[in-house]
Amino acid sequence: MSAIWTAVLLASVGCYLLKLAGLSVPTSVLERPVVARVAGLLPVALLAALVGVQAVGDGSGLVIDARAAGLGVAVVLLLVRAPFLVVVAGAAAAAAVLRVLV
Amino acid sequence: MSGPAAPGDRRAVVRDSLGVGLATGAYGVSFGAVSVASGLSVAQTCALSLLMFTGASQFALVGVLASGGSAASAGATALLLGTRNALYGLRLAPLLGWRGLRRVGAAHLLIDESTAMSVGRTTRADARTGFLVTGLAVFVLWNLFTLLGAVGGAVLEDPRDLGLDAAVGAAFLALLWPRLDDALHRLVAVAAAGVALGLVPLAPAGVPVLAAAGVALLAGLLRPRSGATP
Repeated sequence: MSAIWTAVLLASVGCYLLKLAGLSVPTSVLERPVVARVAGLLPVALLAALVGVQAVGDGSGLVIDARAAGLGVAVVLLLVRAPFLVVVAGAAAAAAVLRVLV
Repeated sequence: MSGPAAPGDRRAVVRDSLGVGLATGAYGVSFGAVSVASGLSVAQTCALSLLMFTGASQFALVGVLASGGSAASAGATALLLGTRNALYGLRLAPLLGWRGLRRVGAAHLLIDESTAMSVGRTTRADARTGFLVTGLAVFVLWNLFTLLGAVGGAVLEDPRDLGLDAAVGAAFLALLWPRLDDALHRLVAVAAAGVALGLVPLAPAGVPVLAAAGVALLAGLLRPRSGATP
C-alpha cells in the first residue's frame, strides 16, 4: 500500500478515535484548563501556518507569486463576509487570471 | 441562517440544520478539486471525505502533501487539527446523552457544524435533532460534492491554470478567519505563521507546519488566564 493510502487511512482512524474519545471519556480527564486552552489554540496555530506555507512556500524557499495575490483577494472577500466557496473560488480565479496576464 | 429556534420547535431546528448542511456540504467541491490537484487519486480523495470527515484535517493532509511534505507529517498535521473534535465531544456528551452503539455512530458526525447546531439547544431532543440533521446533511452533501470536485479536477491538465494551488491557502484562511476573534488568537496566528515560514528553508516540507503547533502549546502554557475557548 502506498504511503499516501497509509496516511489517509491511519489519520482517518485517528481522527475518528479523537471524536469518539471526546464523547466517551469522563469530562474531568480532558477538561483540565491547560489542555483545553492548548487544544483551542492548536487549530489557530496550524491553520495560520498552513496559510503561510501554502501562500508563499515553495519547496525549501519562499516565493511571492500568483498564490500570494490570490490570498490577498481572499482577505478582501473575507472582510466583506463572502461565503466560503466565493472566497476559495475568488482566490483561485485571481491567481489564474494573473498567470494568464503575466 | 435564521435566529435560534424556540425550544421544542423541531421544524425550525431541522430547517436551520439543513441550511447549514447545504452550505457546508457544497464546499466539498473545493476540497475534491484541491485534493486531486495536490496529487491524490479520486479514490483517496473520496476516502478522506468518507472516513476522516472533518474538513480542516482533510485540507491539511492534502495541503502538506501538496507542499512536498511526507505522508507521515501530513497525517500528523491532520490528527493535531482533529483534536478539537475531542473537545467538542466533551461539551456535547452530557447534552446528547448517547451510549453504546449510538455513540459509536454519532462520533463520526462530530464536526464543527454539527456541534454548533447542537450546543446551544436547551432541550436534549433539540440538541439531538440539530446534531443529527446537520451531521447527516453535511455528510451526504460533503461526500457528493467531494466526488464532483475530484472528478472535475482530475480532468484538468494543469490545476495551476485554474489557480487551484491558490485555492488551498484561501481555504485555510477562510477556516482560520472566524477564530481570529480575540487578541490572543491573532497573536498565536501571526507567531505560528512566522515560525512556519522561518523553518521552510531549514526543515523538510511538512515539518514547519507541525512545528507551529509548538506556538499553541507555548501560548496555552504561558497564558493561564486567557479566555481562549475551543
